[in-house]
Amino acid sequence: MTERTYRDAIREALAEEMDRDEKVLMMGEDIGIYEGTFRITAGMLKKYGPRRIIDTPIAEAGMVGTAIGMAMLGLRPIVEMMTVNFAIVAADQILNHAAKIRYFSGGQVDIPMVIRGPQGAGVQLSAQHSQTFESFYGHFPGIHVVAPGTPADAKGLLKTAIRGRDPVMFLESAALYGMKGEVPEGDAALVPFGKSRVAREGRDVTIVSYSRMMQLSLAVAESLSASEGIEAEVIDLRTLRPLDMQPVFESVRKTHRAVVVQEQWKPFGPAAEISAAITEEMFDELDAPVVRVTGEDVPMPYARNLELLAVPHEKEIIRAVEQVLYRKAGGNGNGSAGW
Amino acid sequence: MRGQQVRDTQSMAKQKEQAAVLDQLSYAPEWTEILREMIFIRRFEEASEREFRKGKIGGYLHVYSGQEAVVAGILTGRNKGDIVYAGYRDHAHALLLGSDPGAVMAELLGKATGVSKGKGGSMHLFDVEHGLYGGYGIVGGHLTLATGSAYALRYTGTDRIVFCFFGDGAMNIGSFHEALNMAGLWGKDGMCPVVFVIENNGYAMGTSVDRHSAVTDLAARMRAYAIPSEKVDGQDVFAVRGVADRIIRQVRDTGKPYCIEAVTYRFSGHGAADVQQPYRTKEEVEKQKHRDPILILSNRLREISGLTDSDLKAMDEQAIQGVAAALKFAEESPEPDPSELFTDVVAEHGPVRVNRD
Repeated sequence: MTERTYRDAIREALAEEMDRDEKVLMMGEDIGIYEGTFRITAGMLKKYGPRRIIDTPIAEAGMVGTAIGMAMLGLRPIVEMMTVNFAIVAADQILNHAAKIRYFSGGQVDIPMVIRGPQGAGVQLSAQHSQTFESFYGHFPGIHVVAPGTPADAKGLLKTAIRGRDPVMFLESAALYGMKGEVPEGDAALVPFGKSRVAREGRDVTIVSYSRMMQLSLAVAESLSASEGIEAEVIDLRTLRPLDMQPVFESVRKTHRAVVVQEQWKPFGPAAEISAAITEEMFDELDAPVVRVTGEDVPMPYARNLELLAVPHEKEIIRAVEQVLYRKAGGNGNGSAGW
Repeated sequence: MRGQQVRDTQSMAKQKEQAAVLDQLSYAPEWTEILREMIFIRRFEEASEREFRKGKIGGYLHVYSGQEAVVAGILTGRNKGDIVYAGYRDHAHALLLGSDPGAVMAELLGKATGVSKGKGGSMHLFDVEHGLYGGYGIVGGHLTLATGSAYALRYTGTDRIVFCFFGDGAMNIGSFHEALNMAGLWGKDGMCPVVFVIENNGYAMGTSVDRHSAVTDLAARMRAYAIPSEKVDGQDVFAVRGVADRIIRQVRDTGKPYCIEAVTYRFSGHGAADVQQPYRTKEEVEKQKHRDPILILSNRLREISGLTDSDLKAMDEQAIQGVAAALKFAEESPEPDPSELFTDVVAEHGPVRVNRD
């Protein structure tokens, strides 16, 4: 175990897998000579050379499509999206090609590829650069969707993604890049897909989340414990596809109350999916309706004060917890967190 | 029919020279085989149209009738191990590459014995064993895949190459430009051995070249991506094969992409549902049928190897019987097992079943 930032954990995963397997290569905009917009790939061109660290034109569909063509022939390409927002340009390649070729070919090819990059709001990048994409990619069969919330998971899940046989959307939290945590070395770091984890144990309420909102939920849990004596159990989903609901169900069976937290817009999002799954599976166990905490249903504004209003913060999660515990008159009557 | 004349005189002269060499009698056995393939494809496509009209083939159906010399001229020059990408008008490519016609027809009928296990259908024929890495249904989407596969072939140190077929209509979508630009770039390092083949049949569905492409000299557009190109008469398999032999060698040797614009014509509608064809006249189609690639090749073989009417008739009978056998196989094949609904979605962590029974 070594302490690493989330960013360094990603870099370490990439380097370890590049060292381990010559079939792994990377492509992206300015990942080579420029050393990466977020410096994830710093030093890699020098170490691995231009055949394995490919600077591409600004052409997301081209990057993803060529990666699919490489992957079908057995290479393991990793495509860096400068930010995941830009992957929308490649949506046809990701959703209509990468996610479907195995199926319509009758299983004749593997598509072992990873599309990774940072996403999320927080630094005034306004409407086109601040989005999160779990619901978008999570909707489609044929790809895995990963959203790590700790440095250890960033490394371990990325290594698993690179070694897998399927296309993976690896959604990093830009806001967590500087976060530090203990990170294992080598194969000990591997984290399997489809294993949600209990990030914090508690008896009173279950908070389900992933990525940065999971970290926010942990902070809320600590403060609720200290100030109110409320012990929240926090579940970290880690991968949205495959989605492991068992720890969520087990937790709700214990707490009988659940809050689901996501950064992105409320309609058709992961929180709706998880909330519905809890209700379908264990309606009788619930002592309160499941409450969702989400971003506001608006494009991200630029102005700092407005941006802060658009995404969830601790107080919105606290209010939702109070609502499911019937502690205060939280909520606005329509089932939302209601701030 | 506008903008379909082959005007590239320089490459035409070179091509004539090559075709003259290929014309020699010594090639006759191979040409006869190519004729046999082309007749088989024609009969196969006619049968598939019939089955579509009977309702036995669902979805979309795009047949290759009229364009046979393109795929025959290019792909008979391939090496084993070369890789082929096609659009959705892909039956001919599979048949030429050696896919079992029964398995191709079974795919069209949605049967378990289909090349893609009945999961792809007409637009998604896939036969990796024979080098076919797919028919693709999103226009232009597969050009990027072909470019990446070419890179992978060089990366792993082979001399295999990629053939990427696409229609004139694919040249106006983003993927085309992104793929070709990257192919041109990677080609500079010898990392992109792709033969791009424009199957220019004059129409993007019902929109003619001069109505869909601001520059109607399609081969010339490749210069924007530093990819050399030439036009060839896509109805004349001698000419196509002559160009293919030279270009395939060049692409294999250099690792640089090249583009062949085969000027051709489809005799049937865009898809089997395109019956009225309001974008072209019956006269235009009839006129083009005088340039039927099977007619052109068979007439040449009459001259150079004494092909007779009875030879032709025998070849046609053989094709008709072969197609009938393929159809019989397809008809008698079982539907995919219901459990196949859930296989091949992903390799790991397969789908959660929604309807639990």
